[in-house]
Amino acid sequence: MIATFILSHPKATKRIGGSVAIVLLAAMLYWMGVGPGWLQPFLPGALQSPGASRVAAAIVISLLIALNWKVLGLLPRLYQVGAVWAELFALLLLFFYSFNLSFSFIAKKIGFLITQGVVTTLYISVISIVIATIIALIGAIAKLSKNGVVYGLASFYTSLFRGLPLLMQIYIIYLGLPQVGYVIGAIPAGILALSLCYGAYMTEIFRAGIESIPKGQTEGATALGLRPNHTMFLVILPQAMRVIIPPTGNQFIAMLKDSSLVSVVGVWEIMYLARTMGQKEFRHIEMLITASMIYWLLSIALEIIQARIEERFGRSLKR
Amino acid sequence: MKDVHKWYGSYHALDDINLTIAPREKVVLCGPSGSGKSTLIRCINRLETHQSGRIVVGGIELNDEEDRIDEVRREVGMVFQHFNLFPHLTILQNCILAPLWVRKTPKKQAIDQAMHFLERVRIPEQANKFPGQLSGGQQQRVAIARALCMSPRIMLFDEPTSALDPEMVKEVLDTMVSLAREGMTMVCVTHEMGFARQVADRVIFMDQGRIVEEGKPAEFFDNPQNERSKLFLSQILH
Repeated sequence: MIATFILSHPKATKRIGGSVAIVLLAAMLYWMGVGPGWLQPFLPGALQSPGASRVAAAIVISLLIALNWKVLGLLPRLYQVGAVWAELFALLLLFFYSFNLSFSFIAKKIGFLITQGVVTTLYISVISIVIATIIALIGAIAKLSKNGVVYGLASFYTSLFRGLPLLMQIYIIYLGLPQVGYVIGAIPAGILALSLCYGAYMTEIFRAGIESIPKGQTEGATALGLRPNHTMFLVILPQAMRVIIPPTGNQFIAMLKDSSLVSVVGVWEIMYLARTMGQKEFRHIEMLITASMIYWLLSIALEIIQARIEERFGRSLKR
Repeated sequence: MKDVHKWYGSYHALDDINLTIAPREKVVLCGPSGSGKSTLIRCINRLETHQSGRIVVGGIELNDEEDRIDEVRREVGMVFQHFNLFPHLTILQNCILAPLWVRKTPKKQAIDQAMHFLERVRIPEQANKFPGQLSGGQQQRVAIARALCMSPRIMLFDEPTSALDPEMVKEVLDTMVSLAREGMTMVCVTHEMGFARQVADRVIFMDQGRIVEEGKPAEFFDNPQNERSKLFLSQILH
């Protein structure tokens, strides 16, 4: 009966739905404990009971949000996106501002955080990304191999390194390898752990990408006399890239941030510096927020690069 | 081909195939679906492996030795039902890929050769487009040109017109007829009986993995001997 009503009265449904959403939003804000303090200047004296004033605050905020939604609806799409980003970013800044941050402290420390921390993080991430990609390529081909030994090696590898927490892998490599007589530095240990772990995830991405290409492509290439390695690198992989790139971009962004785990073995990358530099003067939150913003900026840069590459590989398949 | 057998699990896909094809001969394979005709021609360039018997192509016996397989594949061109063009490469790149990497032809020469064959299938103007921008008939003609660029001595056609819109069938068949007239050795799985009558030296009818009947097209179409062939012909010729 409700379904019939929704289908036969779309406009009424929309209006009712909108009102319900506003009421729910107000209820949620009330439940979250929105304070009425900021309403005082507008409604002096009207808000005596604390309960009523909180209800009023919640309703006013939800109405403002609804109004905002309506106004944004009038804009063209591109402006909508920009406006939403600007609004949310402003809210985020407001949130940070509420911590009463010491900007002079940030200004004093940010130089070293960038020259030492960002450089180390990028250095570790870029090398790990390159190695992980190579591992993934080899792993994917191995996983598709008919040879049982090769498949066994590859499947054990992906299972182990996807199954252990990355933090554990970093400890095991850094503390475990010296036990068998191979002393490894903190940075190489971090790079090794990141490459192996992400190589394992990406092996699966590459394998799925390669498998997504129809069998006819391999047959066509084979019938032309191309050897399996030529078929893979000239015919299959260039097509599989289109499927592989979006999730791989995800992995790169995740790896960039997971490189912060390497701080546990004392590598001076962003996370480590943020923690230690804040410690001395009890300004933890300043450094952590600064570091977060740096990670975000780096991720945005990766997103942009990913979009570019995607465009390049998608080009020929457009009609 | 001598005493060739092939099984998929317990399914007997090819059952005691004995077949000799002479140079410049045009053979048309027909038969109901699942009769083994596609499997048969895919064994000729070892896209499928046979389990017993011998297959000799151009004097080279096919077995597990990769060098021999490569040698055979260089001399045997194949055209597929679904074209199997490489969608990420342009038409010209599709045509020069194998000559460059398999025959190690210099690029300039490979391009000249590719353009020559694209002209022969009458689509040189599409050379820099991608396969997705062409019609099915055009794509199949490109696939023929791509195979010819390897200068094969034998051409295999696996239902080359089955995936095409009816109005595009003719342009592909015309290309195949002209290829036949030039003396190419051709093995063709097709249900285009007009084409078979026109160019085939021999028609082979298969059923359940066996060669049931073979003969000159005129004899086969006008006076089939086997009951199964009669039934098949009555169904496709209406």
